[in-house]
Amino acid sequence: MNAPRTFVPQATRTAEPDAAPRTYPEHKPERIYLFGTCVVDLFFPEAGMDAIRLLEREGIQVVFPQAQSCCGQPAYTSGYTDQAREVARAQLALFDQDWPVVVPSGSCAGMFRHHYQELFAGEPDTLARARAVAERTYELAEFLLHVCRVELHDQGPPTEVALHTSCSARREMHTHHHGRALLDQLSGVRRVDHDHESECCGFGGTFCVRMPDISGAMVADKTRSLRDSGATRVVSADAGCLMNINGALKKQRAPLQGQHLASFLWQRTGGQP
Amino acid sequence: MSQPARIPLRDEFNSRARDALGDAQLRRNFRGAMDSLMEKRAAAFSDADERERLRTLGNHIRARALSRLPDLLEQLESNLTANGIQVHWAETTEQANRIVLDIAERRQARQVIKGKSMVSEEMDMNHVLADHGIECLESDMGEYIIQLDHEKPSHIIMPAIHKNADQVARLFERELGEPYTRDVNELIQTGRRILRQKFFDADIGVSGVNFAVAETGTLVLVENEGNGRMSTTVPKVHIAVTGIEKVVAHLRDVVPLLSLLTRSALGQPITTYINMISRPRQAGERDGPEEVHLVLLDNGRSQAFADGELRQTLNCIRCGACMNHCPVYTRVGGHTYGEVYPGPIGAIITPHLVGLDKVPDHPSASSLCGACGEVCPVRIPIPSLLRRLREENVSRPDPGHAVMRGQGSKYSALESTVWKLWRTLYTRPLLYRLFRFFATRLRALTPSRLGPWTEHRGAPKPAARSLHELARKHLEQSR
Amino acid sequence: MSAKARILDKLRHSLAGTEALPDDFDETLVTEPWRYPPEQRMARLRELMEAVRTEIHLTDQTRWPALLADLLAKKQLTRLLIAPRTDHGRQLSEHWQHRSDAPALHAYDRPVEEWKHELFHDTPASLTGTVGAIAATGSLILCPDRHEPRLMSLVPPVHFALLRASTIHDNLYEAQRALNWRAGMPTNALLISGPSKTADIEQVLAYGAHGPKDLVVLILEDA
Repeated sequence: MNAPRTFVPQATRTAEPDAAPRTYPEHKPERIYLFGTCVVDLFFPEAGMDAIRLLEREGIQVVFPQAQSCCGQPAYTSGYTDQAREVARAQLALFDQDWPVVVPSGSCAGMFRHHYQELFAGEPDTLARARAVAERTYELAEFLLHVCRVELHDQGPPTEVALHTSCSARREMHTHHHGRALLDQLSGVRRVDHDHESECCGFGGTFCVRMPDISGAMVADKTRSLRDSGATRVVSADAGCLMNINGALKKQRAPLQGQHLASFLWQRTGGQP
Repeated sequence: MSQPARIPLRDEFNSRARDALGDAQLRRNFRGAMDSLMEKRAAAFSDADERERLRTLGNHIRARALSRLPDLLEQLESNLTANGIQVHWAETTEQANRIVLDIAERRQARQVIKGKSMVSEEMDMNHVLADHGIECLESDMGEYIIQLDHEKPSHIIMPAIHKNADQVARLFERELGEPYTRDVNELIQTGRRILRQKFFDADIGVSGVNFAVAETGTLVLVENEGNGRMSTTVPKVHIAVTGIEKVVAHLRDVVPLLSLLTRSALGQPITTYINMISRPRQAGERDGPEEVHLVLLDNGRSQAFADGELRQTLNCIRCGACMNHCPVYTRVGGHTYGEVYPGPIGAIITPHLVGLDKVPDHPSASSLCGACGEVCPVRIPIPSLLRRLREENVSRPDPGHAVMRGQGSKYSALESTVWKLWRTLYTRPLLYRLFRFFATRLRALTPSRLGPWTEHRGAPKPAARSLHELARKHLEQSR
Repeated sequence: MSAKARILDKLRHSLAGTEALPDDFDETLVTEPWRYPPEQRMARLRELMEAVRTEIHLTDQTRWPALLADLLAKKQLTRLLIAPRTDHGRQLSEHWQHRSDAPALHAYDRPVEEWKHELFHDTPASLTGTVGAIAATGSLILCPDRHEPRLMSLVPPVHFALLRASTIHDNLYEAQRALNWRAGMPTNALLISGPSKTADIEQVLAYGAHGPKDLVVLILEDA
């Protein structure tokens, strides 16, 4: 993380320097926090459970603070900054121990890692805490790959999957690299590209209700290219995108469905669904 | 196709978007063009490290210029004046048009030929001059085509990108009486023939400015067609119009900015012509304009300038890469934005030019995917600025303290209350627990229609048990 | 208060209490990736210019007028606009005196107003010099002046340009420095990187938009 710069609101700004590549701890920690995210909580709880199982299989004890709720992103991106800040503050209070915070969703992990510092720029004490949490926040795939250094043993039949990565996860957390690397460890899985792979699926939080036709056109194009890719399954590490993509596939009565990366990895490596 | 009843979130932007999305030809034209522009840009920046370092340099050059903008503008004026170029200042587009009209009246001008200039679009110069009996004709091929069809540009670099050759051919047939041909070369030659005569006849040439160099008093114009050179060389009077942010301190600053501009815009190492104008025709010279004028236009830029965060908007060098890479722009095209500057840059600059209340939906026209910020050659944090404008948009109107005109234009007491409830739900664990309980136990009651969401998707249904419950049970068991 | 005073006031007010950012221009970024060994400079220029349909011929200080005559004949160009008071204008005029088959030379020796119609309608080709070129981007540098006016490289459909190989710079940054532009810019300085072109219709590249349809560069090997 960059050293804090003195903040003069009206000073002319230069771009934030690109962060240096992240360095990872040498050893797996004994314990981690799981921040489940609000969408996983209600719509993909099994993905959260599979994340816990994957982590436990690595010998890590998972702590799930029951008071957690949402990272605050929906309000933040809608411009309701004050509301987002209070929700963020409530989360920050839950992750006090010096354990990694693992998040099975790239965009929520990005909130923890990048945007909390913007939210608390004017509150030195909370900012310090936000920085400390940001330092030890990991997206699940990143954590499995670079901290656990997992070696996955594929036990499933040959299959072809398409990987969709959420835009903020791609740009803020480089989740696409982590997802690809994990899938490529699975001997029976062939990863297929899809057209305009790096393009947004049209979810965008409240964007999908504020600009419904544009969002609908985007998810129609995204699901068309996923169907055309020849993949038998779509995998994503972001539950928001999955809800959008699965919702559209369902409406199209397409046999193709999206699955959370955590569930896919767990099931392919012998875990029981 | 019958449409379900609409909830009243609809507005002009969405209704124009709906029309654009339904136009298959338009969508093909945009998708094809944007795909090709993205590919060309990627090829022009084959070395990612060089690209990123150059973007940082571009950002620093623009930020440095803005950090001393008033001084640089005065230095620019003084050097231009010393070079014999007359400098005019305009706070509003009305003032800018008045300046142009005064020059035109003094020169008894009847015909004006225009090189490409987005600032003159802000001024709506063509129509203002026409109202005063002066013909003002576009000479950039794309601008000429859309002027002929009484349209506005749909892209800042490729103004007629929404049309295909067939549409241009039919336009030329209808408006110019030319025989129909789909051959692009022939269409261009028709434009060349007609516009050559216009360059020949014009009393005044108008152009934009890509970079105004303070230390030398030089106007730098970037183009491929030669119409910019024609407009600034053939008529006896040249009027350049530009925004006050376009100044750079040093001539050398132009070098990286040019490279960023042409590679980001069209994937070209350089455009055909870089035209650096420092003086009008000198004694003994046989051509070039007798008078050169520069009009410096504010038009809301000083409002963006007043806020450290929003000031970054003025880094823009008008390359268009943000729109080429924008999944929203690609689908709805430039006209959906209804203003001079479309796409992500349009969404962050237009609120300053016309007031946020005139374009309340522009900041929402983004999924915040970040593609625009990733390609911006001068590293404008476009997604952050969009988010900031959303905040200005939904905050309670605060006249007297607002940082921008039209602040609070989307403020709704109801929506604010909804978000307050949302906050309460997610900051009170007990309340959230109750919510989870009912959402999961009553999942069968989830409506199958959820407003706009279910027009394109099936309704999501909560799981039977939340992760909170499952995790608690699991972790208790394994203890 | 004038518009100028009001604008500057607002800007100054907004900057109150802030400092000008330091000048951290890193010239290596605009020079190092764009340096070429001397023997590759011309090849680079040629490759880039030919990629945008520029015709390039290698010749030398004495033979170029004959080559030009051949090219004019091949292209069936019957008139050539020249700048009579330049060295190359004089050299060409002299050479032409020894040839009866050569096309007519026409001198740009009056203000454009006196012969604008002829320039626009009856001037198929022109010859100009250059003050150098840029290998990095494949660009000619022209600084039109009272001897060689601006429109010579713009209005005639075919533009012949003479370039001395020794004046090819690696990149624009070094060219600016070598030409000492910072101390005083020419009235008009141009970088020309091919014939006029446009892709405004369907992104189809078409040459000869408003300027020359053909750009022919005669490189004089003098190094």
